[in-house]
Amino acid sequence: MPLLSVLSLCVQYQSAQGVVRAVNDVSFDLEAGETLGLVGESGCGKSTLGKAIMRLLPSCDGRVFLDGDDITGMQPGALKAARKSMQMIFQDPYGSLNPRHDVGTIVGQPLSVAGWSRRDIRDRVTELLEQVGLPAEAMRRYPHEFSGGQRQRIGIARALALSPKVIICDEPVSALDVSVRAQVINLLEDLQQKTGVAYLFISHDLSVVEHISDHLIVMYLGRIVESGRSEEIWDRPAHPYTQALLAAAPVADPRLARSRVRSVLQGELPSPLNPPPGCSFNTRCPYARERCRQEQPLLRSVSGGRRVACHYDLMEQQPAASYAAAAAN
Amino acid sequence: MGAEIAEARTPILSIEQLEVSLFTRGGVLPAVDGLSLTVAAGETLAIVGESGCGKSLTALAIMRLLPEPPARIVGGAVRFMGRDLVSLSERQMQRVRGKDISMIFQDPMTSLNPVVTVGDQLIEAIRRHTDVSYKEANNRAVELLRQVRIPDAERRLGDFPHQMSGGMSQRVMIAMAIACGPKLLIADEPTTALDVTIQAQIIELMKELQASSGMGLIIITHDLGVVAEIADRVAVMYAGRKVEDAPVASLFERPVHRYTRGLLGATPSAHRRRGSRLVEIAGSVPALADLPAGCAFQNRCADVFDRCRVERPQLRPLLPHRTVACFAAEKELSRDAAVIGA
Repeated sequence: MPLLSVLSLCVQYQSAQGVVRAVNDVSFDLEAGETLGLVGESGCGKSTLGKAIMRLLPSCDGRVFLDGDDITGMQPGALKAARKSMQMIFQDPYGSLNPRHDVGTIVGQPLSVAGWSRRDIRDRVTELLEQVGLPAEAMRRYPHEFSGGQRQRIGIARALALSPKVIICDEPVSALDVSVRAQVINLLEDLQQKTGVAYLFISHDLSVVEHISDHLIVMYLGRIVESGRSEEIWDRPAHPYTQALLAAAPVADPRLARSRVRSVLQGELPSPLNPPPGCSFNTRCPYARERCRQEQPLLRSVSGGRRVACHYDLMEQQPAASYAAAAAN
Repeated sequence: MGAEIAEARTPILSIEQLEVSLFTRGGVLPAVDGLSLTVAAGETLAIVGESGCGKSLTALAIMRLLPEPPARIVGGAVRFMGRDLVSLSERQMQRVRGKDISMIFQDPMTSLNPVVTVGDQLIEAIRRHTDVSYKEANNRAVELLRQVRIPDAERRLGDFPHQMSGGMSQRVMIAMAIACGPKLLIADEPTTALDVTIQAQIIELMKELQASSGMGLIIITHDLGVVAEIADRVAVMYAGRKVEDAPVASLFERPVHRYTRGLLGATPSAHRRRGSRLVEIAGSVPALADLPAGCAFQNRCADVFDRCRVERPQLRPLLPHRTVACFAAEKELSRDAAVIGA
């Protein structure tokens, strides 16, 4: 049984201009101790999905199972107990820590909500700070006394407090400088080794996600367009959007960056208020045909646990070849 | 373009021993400390470093747009086509800004005036430096929007910035920056606020525009991926000083300064084996208010030795077309040279 199982989850927002379906029919499993990366560009619904799983946002349809228990319909009391096994780390290490609480209070808060004694809380906080590489005396200091990277460590310590089984990391390193980012990524990996915690790792940075994830989900306009094992997707992306994302990612290697043929994806993300009919990627897809403009492709399983939402099998084809094939049809 | 060719040409911009200080209640802080740089026509120089290293202040100092107070140029020269910009009056500088040197910023949304149409903002930029009628400027504005690949350019002129996406706004900013055919374009984190696919579009656009106009380009970024895509030469900054300067390919192939090595090792990349650990640079950047004596990187450096703690390393030409400010590198490379000599 998977640790976290999401079934046909939908989240919608009511805006002045109409209803936005931010997350649409999303299903996936997360196994204990593994890292699942969730990538996509701004507005694809990845952060909304993370919050909806935590039930920080209401979902309008679908189910979320944690350890086999359906948490979507849970009453507040039961939910509070379930949330012990599920925690979150946020992007902004400045906005996510209360500036008026000292670090001991911040990191100890989940424990005091769970009813721990003050003495136990102090011991556990000391242990947690050590785990994330901060001195015990940090406990009596306030968030403004720390750098961005150290604050993110404080956020990680807080998330670990109740020994959760899964942590949802929403762009945890996007606000950090390169050298500090590496420290935090290594820390997250070490903690996973030690505690066996699973991560749902949300990021727009493909190189970071590829580095840390076992499995990968690619989202576009609220839907999963591709999922599968991380290195397989990286080596052979099947969905045209995944191919475009990988082609667009800058490569930190000047010779490779200059020698590769770069097909830059044209156009921009359509408005989520008014997604195009058929496949939501058809307005930017170089291979789009008539069928793509009319029929929404289903997320179907292909080989080796890979799922792709595309009418055509593009994995085996070179982009140029499939472009020619598309033109011939 | 080969860096050798670029070096052979006379630079259009040459910064000599630039010093920018921040005058704060806590004292005077050396935010940019003895920085020298050159940019030739058609060359792309990337200035790389982490927050607080002085890279953005350098750009603002060239444009003479430093927030004064607290920042002020306290020494050095910024020679642009033979003139020292530091000595120009504000009125003289206004004739340089936007005409000979332009700048684009990280956040296109806050760089455009929200209550003026995109067209009027472009026309203002054109008419400020050229003596053309409104109608001619209008035609030129349409042409510029086409040049930066904004579809349906005539109609888009009437749009307000909020009607455009981030990528479109950055295109408008670029159109405005190239309106008067500048000799030098400074781009401060131009793609940081944009999504990957849009970032790729903007980088390709800047490359094309540079190739057709032959302007010099300074790109300021923390993203080594962007550097690899676009730069000819790279200057790495740390705590207000330049620590390494090299052609892009040779820098990535053989980083010499320990900080540069750390930055490259800390960047996840597809060809490194998955599962391998990223290289960490221990600790964090020291505050300008308490920089240690000697090398500013000493407390994070694995190869630190006595001399680094007492003496400041100066930039030395340790490899062809490369200067590095690092005592450990000097030792290592002179030993290599000795071995080769033997």
